[in-house]
Amino acid sequence: MTATLERVDVARTAPARGRSRARVRHRLTVLAFLAPAILGFALFFGYPLVATIGFSFTRYDLINPPEWIGWENYAYMFSDELFRTAVHNTLWFVVVLTAARVVFALGVASVIARLKSGVGLVRTLCYLPSLAPPVAATLVFFLVLRPNEGPLDAFLGWFGLDGPLWFADPVWAKPGIAAVVLWVSGDLMIIILAAILDVPQEQYEAAELDGAGPVRRWWHVTLPTISPVLVFGVVNSIILALQLFTQAVVAGSAASGSAEVTGATKVLGYPENSTLTFPMWLYTQGFRYFDMGYAAAMATVLFVISFAATALLVQRMRKATHQEES
Amino acid sequence: MTAAVGARKPFAWRRTLDWVAVHSLGLALGLMFTLPVVFVLLTAVMSDSQAFTADLWPREWHWGNFVEVFDKAPLLGYLGNSLLYSLLATAGMLLSSIPAAYALAKLRWRGRNVVFLLVVGAMMLPPQVVAVPLYDTWSSLGLTGTLWPLIAPYFLFDAFSIFLLRQFILTIPQSYVDAARVDGCGEFRALVRVVVPMARPGIAATALFCFLYTWNDYFGPLLYTSEKPDRWTLSLALSSFKGMHHVQWNLAMAVTLLIMVPAVVLFAFAQRSFVKGITFTGVKG
Repeated sequence: MTATLERVDVARTAPARGRSRARVRHRLTVLAFLAPAILGFALFFGYPLVATIGFSFTRYDLINPPEWIGWENYAYMFSDELFRTAVHNTLWFVVVLTAARVVFALGVASVIARLKSGVGLVRTLCYLPSLAPPVAATLVFFLVLRPNEGPLDAFLGWFGLDGPLWFADPVWAKPGIAAVVLWVSGDLMIIILAAILDVPQEQYEAAELDGAGPVRRWWHVTLPTISPVLVFGVVNSIILALQLFTQAVVAGSAASGSAEVTGATKVLGYPENSTLTFPMWLYTQGFRYFDMGYAAAMATVLFVISFAATALLVQRMRKATHQEES
Repeated sequence: MTAAVGARKPFAWRRTLDWVAVHSLGLALGLMFTLPVVFVLLTAVMSDSQAFTADLWPREWHWGNFVEVFDKAPLLGYLGNSLLYSLLATAGMLLSSIPAAYALAKLRWRGRNVVFLLVVGAMMLPPQVVAVPLYDTWSSLGLTGTLWPLIAPYFLFDAFSIFLLRQFILTIPQSYVDAARVDGCGEFRALVRVVVPMARPGIAATALFCFLYTWNDYFGPLLYTSEKPDRWTLSLALSSFKGMHHVQWNLAMAVTLLIMVPAVVLFAFAQRSFVKGITFTGVKG
């Protein structure tokens, strides 16, 4: 308090000097508020990011000092068959999950938005699974999809159908994991629902006067208005799919029958490496085989791809914040 | 909104049909999302032998399963580790992120936008990208096998929380902050006396998300504590629960449910904060 009074006094007698002193004070305040964040950013993002790129050119097992080997780790990726499998699986998730997650969340949100009563209840029910830890959610689906014994198979049995082996079948394991991720996509639903409920009512009324039915109103009014949120959903889903790890690890190890956390690397990617994702292979190489250099090279690749996706999102958000400020 | 206009009979009929269709669809969706949890609950109270069968309805209700799991595994120890991780991380996040978010939302300075972009970038960075050097550092400090590598970063920097808090603080009218300054408040007092009380719902939402994220975290504990079973968190322990006890489905599902309880209770008490927080992460476009 006294400091501000002093600043006012100084400003009256010596405007230029006072202003510059106030400016220094202001800068120091900003710095003080940001100090932990700057330190944390440097320690937990800046430094490790640079170090990852550095390690990626070395052979490093955590015990012996890193040995410079140039581009060897990157070259090895081309001959590493499991790397290709991991890339293939992660790409599958990027494509399928992005499309399915956005369409699914949009569909659910559109239905909830049209409810006249029970909106809160249905919204809560749809969001509830998102509270489950990914490990728990995956085990839940593992139980529901259990071949022959699970409720889904019982349900299919009523129609004389045989369910697939799901997490034990290389063809169905990925869709099984995708189902888990869809089941817990309540947050995207709520984001889209909020955007739909925010669409100005007058726009609907104008469309209605033009004779547009509910479907055309949804297509011509709702969709265009909420498209920024859908873009967010797409980018968010891409990033989520690129990072897919927990569900795949848990599904694979549970299906293989030996859910061990430590050791046992052979269960990762079960069955037949169909659930081996990029982050999983990175983790296996770095923290199971202690080939930190190769893991760092994969991390660098993951960083480049995630960065591209993020840049896309930031560009979009920047536009949004500019609108907000003007 | 236009009900009075559409009072004529054929129109009202269509409206009723529409109402029924939409509401049964909504009900079906709600069921679809909750049925798996119901199955889990039913399995969790079955006898050991019935849990292996295709029966969906328990013949006898073994509520004791929820107690038995505490004998089968040191769940209280895991619970302690999970609470330690989640509560300390959330407390640390509040200390470090609130001032940073305030500086990004309410103070004017050069480079503010660049710093905000860095925060968003860090938020999107997969944890696996920085795992190798970080593990290396923590390991040379002799802290792998403890919870510190998981907790400590929150006392300095948590990108998602800074982002979310900034979004909330932006919605506080600038005039309140300016008024505090005119009244002679320094920035620190303006933050503590004006912004923090006004942003309380936003702070609550951010704390909830931080708690939930750390409570549910699997990659972090797997990376740093998987070799030390007495440092496992609940998520990590659950992933190995099946393996430890020859697929005792009823017990595995009882643990699954127990793990979900704190999050569901939190949600029940703070539904509005949760929903607000989620909508804010979407950034109104």
